[in-house]
Amino acid sequence: MGNVVDKSKVPWWVSNLIVPLVNLSLALLVSALFIFIAGENPAKAIKLIIYGSFGYIEGFAYTLYYTTNFIFTGLAFAVAFHCRLFNIGGEGQAYIGGLGVFLVAINVSFLPVPIIWLLSIAGAFVFGAAWAFIPAYLQAKRGSHVVITTIMFNFIASSLMVYLLVDVIRDMDQMGPHTVALPKEMWLPSFKDFAALFGIKIRYSPLNLSFLLAIAASFFVWFLVWKTKWGYEMRAVGHNMQAAIYAGISPYKNIILAMLISGGLAGLLSINEILGVHHKIVSGFPAGYGFTGIAVALMGRNHPIGIFPAAFLFGILYQGGSEVTFDMPNITRYMFVAVQGVIILFSGALENLFRPQIESFFVNRLNREVDA
Amino acid sequence: MEFLSDIASLTNSTLRISTPLVFAAMAGIFAERSGVIDFSLEGKMLMAAFVAAVGSYFFGNPWIGLLMAIVACVSLSMLHGFASVTHKGDQVVSCVAINILIIGLTTALAAAWFGQAGLTPTLTDDQRFLEITLPFADALREIPIIGLIYSDILSGHYIFVYLAYLSVPIVYWVVFKTSFGLRVRAVGENPSAVDTAGINVFKMRYKALAINGVLIAFAGAHLSTAVNANFFREMSAGRGYLALAAMIFGKWHPKTALIACLLFGFTDALQIRLQGVELPTIGTIPVQLIQAVPYVLTVILLAGFVGKAIAPSAIGQPYIKER
Repeated sequence: MGNVVDKSKVPWWVSNLIVPLVNLSLALLVSALFIFIAGENPAKAIKLIIYGSFGYIEGFAYTLYYTTNFIFTGLAFAVAFHCRLFNIGGEGQAYIGGLGVFLVAINVSFLPVPIIWLLSIAGAFVFGAAWAFIPAYLQAKRGSHVVITTIMFNFIASSLMVYLLVDVIRDMDQMGPHTVALPKEMWLPSFKDFAALFGIKIRYSPLNLSFLLAIAASFFVWFLVWKTKWGYEMRAVGHNMQAAIYAGISPYKNIILAMLISGGLAGLLSINEILGVHHKIVSGFPAGYGFTGIAVALMGRNHPIGIFPAAFLFGILYQGGSEVTFDMPNITRYMFVAVQGVIILFSGALENLFRPQIESFFVNRLNREVDA
Repeated sequence: MEFLSDIASLTNSTLRISTPLVFAAMAGIFAERSGVIDFSLEGKMLMAAFVAAVGSYFFGNPWIGLLMAIVACVSLSMLHGFASVTHKGDQVVSCVAINILIIGLTTALAAAWFGQAGLTPTLTDDQRFLEITLPFADALREIPIIGLIYSDILSGHYIFVYLAYLSVPIVYWVVFKTSFGLRVRAVGENPSAVDTAGINVFKMRYKALAINGVLIAFAGAHLSTAVNANFFREMSAGRGYLALAAMIFGKWHPKTALIACLLFGFTDALQIRLQGVELPTIGTIPVQLIQAVPYVLTVILLAGFVGKAIAPSAIGQPYIKER
């Protein structure tokens, strides 16, 4: 086998930068083909995506708003993945997290606003984590595969929330399935308020303070996974469960812990959506962000430093994509769901497609330089 | 008498509703018995529904639609094999990729080709499969019991319903009574032993995946060219996952998986029947909650309250040939 490369000789930037970029390019190439099949011009679509996401200040703010959501759900998937758990229930955990935010916020409205925010963040985290608990417990104790149980919990969360929004917590003066709005002073300051401080007028922006919470969450995950005993144990269970057991590490405890933190992080999505944007629970607000988190995490190689650019890329695709759907009648937002699938395929399942060739190419080149 | 006809109509719907689950569970048995995890049943079923509906519409013949669906699903199975058997990628990631890709692609293409709603055009009667009335069904209807069973329960289904239940003994026979089936099971249990015996592990897994693709295509075609007369967004509605749960609950065995599928079908039939019905002491159950019953049942079955499920031992692991 000419392709076998000594892993220690491969420079970090080849395996962590060049290979992912090649995989991403392949994914985008296939996506361009889909746009062509749908009867539109891929080059024109790319131009629209770039204009929509960078071309004007409101558009760029939208890009960062989507980035915020994808950081939360990407981190959520990554934490569980380090324990070899596929938490694809981010969607449901975020939905239930929203219930936590709303219930906390309306019940502590007498407190000072920053405290309400902190308690709401805790509410989002706890409710999201709680929704991940049963799948986690069943995986740890009964070996019920977490992929199926978390998917089922997405369906159940959706039914439960629609029921609550229609029959229990609906704003009874309105027709639509949503709650009453939270009082204005609880709303997280938006980019519009921030820009106004500098005298810049923006009509509307969904970007809000949650962006900073997402950055903080990234640091939290980095610290937890790589700098604490908990993180070490979680990774040990994920890497080799038998070895972890011999080392006295409990897989049961770590599976549950990883899933709870993962569910909690997914729950934080609702801080952005509810405290930041909608200011009430609207039916279906997680809108697929939970699933996109899978692609974000796999592209970012499950590390916060990789997840940030991956989340930003998906922010560009979402915001630029809505520009495309506006201008191209044949393209709907589902085209960008397909693009996510292709990205997961190339940067996840097929990540080894060209890795050996690329790595041996660079190793041979570097060796030649050393010899010369 | 009304009670009896209630039972008959409930049994009739159970058989119909379980059909895609049965095909999917049988497809899952082939893949997983060979050691390849298949969470992508959901995506493949959706793909088959889309391709069958589009094919039947363009060629005016449901059989051509079915054939195209088979080609599409076998291709997706081969893609799964290419990623996870040949390139040893993560099998679950590959499945998740296929599912998300297909949810997006089918709806995006339906919208691009047929308008924003993402529906394919309604098929006319000669573009789709119709209910089959079994011979003498009308004549026998008046006979008590036999008439009820033959004419009201067994007769009047789509061809896929009969094929699904026919597939169960065939799958059982292939998997457990032929040398091919023995080899499929062996590569799922102990691939290195099979390799030592001179059988190509990769080829066996690809063959099992090809059969998996054919079987799952029937499930999708049933949804879009028989029960419904068009494709709509995410019309598989989690059935691929339910079937997988049924298969696991049935311990990767066709007979027990069939029973689990029928249980799902029955709950769903009952759920539809109970919508808006006033129950004693409980009252009317809200429709959103009652719709969640099959999903809750899936979790309960997976929790294995009836015994722990033991998967084929090499499942999920790519085979790496030793040198």
